[in-house]
Amino acid sequence: MNDFSNAIAVAWKLVVGLDADLVEIVVLSLKISLSAVLIATVVALPLGAAVAVFRFPGRGACIVLLNALMGLPPVAVGLLIYLLLSRAGPLGEHGLLYTPAAMVIAQAVLVVPIIAALAQQILSELYGEYEEQLRSLGVSSARAIPTLLWDGRFSLLIAVLAGFGRASAEVGAVIIVGGNINHLTRVMTTTIALETSKGNLAMALGLGLILILIVVLVNALTVVVRSGASRLQGR
Amino acid sequence: MNDHLDRIDVAQRTWPEPDILPLEVVGLGFEAGGRHLLSGVRLRLEAGARTFVIGPNGAGKSLLLRLCHGLLEPSAGTVIWNGKPGAQHRRRQGMVFQHPMLLRRTVLGNVTYALKVHGIRGRANRERAFEMLRETGLEALARSPARVLSGGEQRRLALARAWSLEPRVLFLDEPTASLDPAGTVAVEDIMLRISESGTKLVVASHDLGQVRRLADEVVFLHQGRLLEQSPKARFFAAPASAEGRAFIEGRLSW
Repeated sequence: MNDFSNAIAVAWKLVVGLDADLVEIVVLSLKISLSAVLIATVVALPLGAAVAVFRFPGRGACIVLLNALMGLPPVAVGLLIYLLLSRAGPLGEHGLLYTPAAMVIAQAVLVVPIIAALAQQILSELYGEYEEQLRSLGVSSARAIPTLLWDGRFSLLIAVLAGFGRASAEVGAVIIVGGNINHLTRVMTTTIALETSKGNLAMALGLGLILILIVVLVNALTVVVRSGASRLQGR
Repeated sequence: MNDHLDRIDVAQRTWPEPDILPLEVVGLGFEAGGRHLLSGVRLRLEAGARTFVIGPNGAGKSLLLRLCHGLLEPSAGTVIWNGKPGAQHRRRQGMVFQHPMLLRRTVLGNVTYALKVHGIRGRANRERAFEMLRETGLEALARSPARVLSGGEQRRLALARAWSLEPRVLFLDEPTASLDPAGTVAVEDIMLRISESGTKLVVASHDLGQVRRLADEVVFLHQGRLLEQSPKARFFAAPASAEGRAFIEGRLSW
């Protein structure tokens, strides 16, 4: 118990004192997760909107697949990306394995189904509301997509924040494709795993505190977005 | 009020050729869940006159409007716009629904969106949108979220949005349902001005007071069948069917 309270005290000092190693890890983590979420958002929002709007054979199966992929096991994704990026893999020539780029790819792959599935649910509901009026105005299904993305932007931001939560808390995939290399691919989650196994609880706790803080901030942002949406859009 | 309304002359605006009117409906039918909701409807709607489609609840009034507007595919029959079958004239006709669907945008944004969809952009877009909001008494609310408006204001905004596109034909589904008297008068005033601008109004209603005030022509539906199409005065003085008479006397229900 004494060790534990000492570890918390040291962790607090690391956080408050902006320890250089800790800051480096936090900054890299945020860069990787934000890049992954940005890429995933660009892919997932139009994908989710298209599934919400277009009627095509196999649409039901597509929705089931998207929802199922939300629960993709990170280690399986990590392994898949590893095989693609390893020297013998189809993308091996680009030398991306054990780089932050590989970690961005892995996180983006994990986050795309989350944002796409949530976007599909949000926009299906909105399209159900809008469809008759949009058709009456002569708006085609394709033209309806940007309309829905704009009018549903506040709800969609919540889907994006959920994706960010998943990306920032993920450890299995990034440790496989990133390798947890000091000063290169070491991020918060992989460092917590490593330092805990080494018995260096102070660093692990310090990073854990920051990770929890980020999750709390993301949730607070969600609440702010919801209330802002109510005020601006009147619903 | 009736006298005043009867004096209104419908202005004949010049419309792009070819005109989409007259609208002819031939043998129109619609089935859902094994039920015939509309059967063998045949009618012809000419330019100018305000046509009111009336009948008890469930008669098929809203359904007929949706089929004419092209939102639904008929199970039988055709809708013919000036000799051409189909709903290819969507851009020249509009519809305002009983529960107006407003976009999650400002009052102004709802009108500018419709104009943009129809290729009207930039300054012309905003000027036209503001003109419509002025016409419908909503200019002061231009920057408010559309969804916080009162029921009457929402109806007026839906009318402003539809009117901004200068439709040749405008279908209105129960435009004053559940509005208070002041809200009803405001909406009816806008309907008259839309009509005066040359747009053909086709209105579904079961408010006989409103029909007496505004209609030129009545289309009476009962149980999915068209029983009568006649001038308002003739319909109220000597309805062609026993159901029509019972409806006027408040004795007809579904």
